[in-house]
Amino acid sequence: MSKSVIETPPKGGFSFDLCKRNEMLSKKGVNPPSFRKTGTTIVGLIFQDGVILGADTRATEGPIVCDKNCEKIHYMAPNIYCCGAGTAADTEAVTAIVILLCLCSDMVSSQLQLHRYHTGRESRVVTALTLLKRHLFNYQGYVSAALVLGGVDVTGPHLHTIYPHGSTDTLPFATMGSGSLAAMAVFESKYREGLTVSSPIPFFWSLIFLFQRNEGIELVTEAICSGIFNDLGSGSNVDICVITKGGKEYLRNHLQPNPRTYTSSKGYSFPKKTEVLLTKIIPLKEKVEIIEGGDAMEE
Amino acid sequence: MDLDMNVNAPHSMGTTIIGVTYNGGVVLGADSRTSTGMYVANRASDKITQLTDNVYVCRSGSAADSQIVSDYVRYFLHQHTIQLGQPATVKVAANLIRLLSYNNKNMLQTGLIVGGWDKYEGGKIYGIPLGGTLVEQPFAIGDMHQLVVKAVSLAIARDGASGGVVRTVVINSDGVTRNFYPGDKLQLWHDELEPQNSLLDILNAPSPEPMNI
Repeated sequence: MSKSVIETPPKGGFSFDLCKRNEMLSKKGVNPPSFRKTGTTIVGLIFQDGVILGADTRATEGPIVCDKNCEKIHYMAPNIYCCGAGTAADTEAVTAIVILLCLCSDMVSSQLQLHRYHTGRESRVVTALTLLKRHLFNYQGYVSAALVLGGVDVTGPHLHTIYPHGSTDTLPFATMGSGSLAAMAVFESKYREGLTVSSPIPFFWSLIFLFQRNEGIELVTEAICSGIFNDLGSGSNVDICVITKGGKEYLRNHLQPNPRTYTSSKGYSFPKKTEVLLTKIIPLKEKVEIIEGGDAMEE
Repeated sequence: MDLDMNVNAPHSMGTTIIGVTYNGGVVLGADSRTSTGMYVANRASDKITQLTDNVYVCRSGSAADSQIVSDYVRYFLHQHTIQLGQPATVKVAANLIRLLSYNNKNMLQTGLIVGGWDKYEGGKIYGIPLGGTLVEQPFAIGDMHQLVVKAVSLAIARDGASGGVVRTVVINSDGVTRNFYPGDKLQLWHDELEPQNSLLDILNAPSPEPMNI
């Protein structure tokens, strides 16, 4: 019955034949080189007048921590940022930090930049959401990026989560990555509507607000910390990005709960040059023998 | 103990969705649980999605697939509405979903219930299950709204994959009304206990008996 169904050639889209082949090979014991996976805690929440995104800074490669201070909150547009979990390379390819545009036109932030030039308006969060979910859906979950997308646009603050298969959720608070359960536990017990954050912009106002508690930032920090301390895949420092109506504040290493406890007082030194093992020199001259006085060429 | 929660499983909506017609319009209902394996990824999701002013759809199955299908159909229906110069009918919406579901049946893991009201046929419900068949669902009378809430709350009580809140959408000639029933205000079924804020409340309560171990 289903023979014709199986043999129907695909109408379009990408071919995932090699994925099936790789699955078969790894079942037979031929393992492909592993990805750099970010066992991650990333979170986001909506507060009084904007969105806060948070992330830990550990990148792992199997059981090894390969980067102790990586950046997981990526730029999408001036008013939109995005936390990425999953295969590190993929997350960077999808959200691509773009300083010079037209670097890679298929990447979402460039598409947003071009869209802004085209329309002359601020990017909307739903636009970024649609571009991301289309990209991920096209790859049927093989681009294993799990994202928390947040931003403030003309329609207000927005927070979304995007899963590797391309499904999206809209939430007041969200967590993703391997530490999502730990972080969600904190949010579920402490989140409420209308959390405050003192305005980050004018200086003398900030003096007045100095004693006002940054409830939003504190809650996000606590959620990330619970991921850092309770999840093996997450660790190191807390990165935070606060996006409000007219501005944003990227707090790189907002909290460093795991500083280095010991460094050698003498410092570490490494030999500057490569060790010389052999000094025999073989000249690369071709040896050509020239025979003088040969017969002239004839035909 | 097997605690492999399989958080990386594709997002799917182990779902309760329901749609019924009554004389005058339709009622759509859904729970609000979205899960990845054993983890509830969203406990307050909205599975009743708007396609046009007068047509809504209940989504079930893979979240990604049902979202992409309803996004495409919403886009097609808006085009269709502009070209036609009048609201699209429920039948057109259902046929568009059927077309996508049937043509891509190898790729899609989603079942949908389309419901809405149009001036030609009044309230209509169509079911488009996994293979992409189109089934017109029968007519019913009575207080459909309470029936829908009751049905979904029963499903939430008995089905582990359904949970959260109950959302309903009523569509008739007067327009659309959305309703929301919080999970802790739903009717209690069988031997369910009242929701408690603290375990101490249960232990101190005279009855029903706490777990005697």
